[in-house]
Amino acid sequence: MNGYGGSILRVNLTDNKLTKEPTPPELARDFIGGRGFGIYHLLREVPRGADPLGPENKLIISSGPLSGMLSAGGGKCDWTTKSPLTNGYASASMGGHFTAEMKYAGIDTIILEGISPTPVYLLIDDNKLQLLDASFLWGKGAIDAEVALKNKHGEEFQIAAIGPGGENLVPYACVNHDFGRQAGRGGVGTVMGQKKLKAIVIRGTKSVPVADAQAYRKAGIDLYRACIEAEGHDEWTRYGTTIVTSWCDEVGALPTRNFSAGSFEDGKNIYGPVMRKEIVITDKGCFGCPCPCGKYSRSRRYGTYVEGPEYETIGLMGSNLGIGDIEAVAEANRLADDLGLDSISAGNTIAWAMECYEKGMLTQEDTDGLDLRFGNIEAAFAAIKKIAYREGKLGQLLAQGVKRAAEQIGKGSDKFAIHVKGMEQSAYATHNATAMLLAYMTCDVGAHHNRSWAITYDLQVGRDKVVPEKVARIIWLQNFRPMFDVLGSCRLQWVELGIDRDLYVPLLEAVTGIHRTWEDLEAVGDRIWNLTRMYWVRENPGFGRSWDLPSPRFYEEAPKTGATAGQITNYEDVQCLLDMYYEQRGWDDNGIPTPQTLQKLNIAVQTH
Amino acid sequence: MRLYVDSAKCSGCRACLVACSLNLFNESNPKKAALNLIGHFPAPGVYEMKVCTQCGNCAAVCPTECIKLNERGAYYVDFAECTLCEACVAECPEDVMYVRVELADAAWKCDLCGDCVQVCGTGALWIAD
Repeated sequence: MNGYGGSILRVNLTDNKLTKEPTPPELARDFIGGRGFGIYHLLREVPRGADPLGPENKLIISSGPLSGMLSAGGGKCDWTTKSPLTNGYASASMGGHFTAEMKYAGIDTIILEGISPTPVYLLIDDNKLQLLDASFLWGKGAIDAEVALKNKHGEEFQIAAIGPGGENLVPYACVNHDFGRQAGRGGVGTVMGQKKLKAIVIRGTKSVPVADAQAYRKAGIDLYRACIEAEGHDEWTRYGTTIVTSWCDEVGALPTRNFSAGSFEDGKNIYGPVMRKEIVITDKGCFGCPCPCGKYSRSRRYGTYVEGPEYETIGLMGSNLGIGDIEAVAEANRLADDLGLDSISAGNTIAWAMECYEKGMLTQEDTDGLDLRFGNIEAAFAAIKKIAYREGKLGQLLAQGVKRAAEQIGKGSDKFAIHVKGMEQSAYATHNATAMLLAYMTCDVGAHHNRSWAITYDLQVGRDKVVPEKVARIIWLQNFRPMFDVLGSCRLQWVELGIDRDLYVPLLEAVTGIHRTWEDLEAVGDRIWNLTRMYWVRENPGFGRSWDLPSPRFYEEAPKTGATAGQITNYEDVQCLLDMYYEQRGWDDNGIPTPQTLQKLNIAVQTH
Repeated sequence: MRLYVDSAKCSGCRACLVACSLNLFNESNPKKAALNLIGHFPAPGVYEMKVCTQCGNCAAVCPTECIKLNERGAYYVDFAECTLCEACVAECPEDVMYVRVELADAAWKCDLCGDCVQVCGTGALWIAD
């Protein structure tokens, strides 16, 4: 099948059974790839009510038709599972080079099933498939595990591995790959840990068939030239995602001290240019990327290396912890990576604990003696380690995620637990930024930014405006942007360089032989969005409108300092945003897709 | 003319490898490319890229004389005449002369098509005298 590896690899860890089946052409036609494949398999194969950490849950890794191809940024794969953090849909996008090896090994999707009795790793070397003993790796950091497996199998192999956080079932454990790329959010590393699968080692050397090689070459080169010649290419490539840090600080979107403000008085010390000058040693690209945002850094102070920090980690483990020290942020990033924790959820949860500590809701008895004040770098490092090993009272508390931790502590601490649907909010402070707030409220995995990044749009059209056009923009972004995760190519070339998205149309056609416009793709995106919504409905009795509410911090409590001081979105506006959103989506007042909407999208999901 | 690389600018993305395979073999397969990328991670955190300098050592030792000059003045492998003897591989000072019998029926090397330069986003590759 043109543009595809051609097979689904099923790995039953309980029975040590590895089987391949062809990727059905109708699946490729209707769901295309990536997270389209992910939700398809999740809905069909993981029974309703399955325990996310039970043998019935599956971890589904999918590439798309542009993964591994001559597509600018074709390094993306999707990791879908039932989330142990939220009990809903989890889909984490991972860059790097893993997905290319999948495609060239002839595999579109890897479905991990069951639970192994002992720690193992999966070796895929083209058609050679094996589960091998991983007892020598269990307990190792993700980076050490990757080094050990590269040394054992060779430089050509790509590795995805979990750290102790995944082994110890921290519900926001991530999967690490290529010394710094992650499938970060929603606990995909936790599910891998529960399955006792330490790592996947993969190499593919087969050619991927394409419909028209010459047209593919031309369309691919055209896309690359557009990226390379784009006006913003050089500056974006120099700073990567850290290019937005200073802007966020200026406009009040940089999460500061547990999102209590959006500007940080020490912000200048963690801006992109400071990082580039002080610690970056090389650009580090995902597969096929002409504008690599990955920055690889060396810390002289700590004697360590890390990819990053990216903007998200700078926000959550820098300003949000009151830490204005880029080298310390880099080290916190390295700890999170090596220990296998999502740096967004970890940073967010630790910030909540710091606020609890400063307000007297947690004492030194609760923090195992740590002076857990904002800005205490050593305490932040210690907290990260405690979480990964579930060590002491603090580790046990924070290793649940911020929602459950706040439920345990009570005392009104849930008012400043910054999450939606149990997923910790990523690094955009949404005080008086109604589009971005709605994006977080309605994101299909919880409070994550990548489906609909609208903070700049808020500034463009008026951040306090609550109008149908704003809601329509969010819905369009939610239907459109995730299609990059379906195709397997990074969205940042479009977002950051502003290239013409129609450049992907002839490329996709040359690769797959199927002509699809962006309107066609957005229709698939709309369908996937409604399917993921129905997954939440199916898995959570009582799911509805209240699940879409943001943290009260954004409607009850205006920041006292910074660019958004005194600014707030009132509760009526929050509800009004939902009213307009549900109406435009064709969902009922409780946020459930109506039968007519499902029928129009040809969706049949059994929810009872 | 030959291909040059500044490894310090390489981000390890491998776009060049896909473009190379597509031009050389009309196939999408970065394992069938004529550039050699080695990553040194986690420390010291650098990429090392090796490219063909068109030194001609491979052509000089080829017993069937199947490594010939093309219109760009670059050495290329005439696939039909290659016997996979691997004499050229041993002589290549940059490790960019390839024989992988499981992947192709002939040796391969850079023929200076220039597609890798077209897709390199960091300016790590260029062609000059």
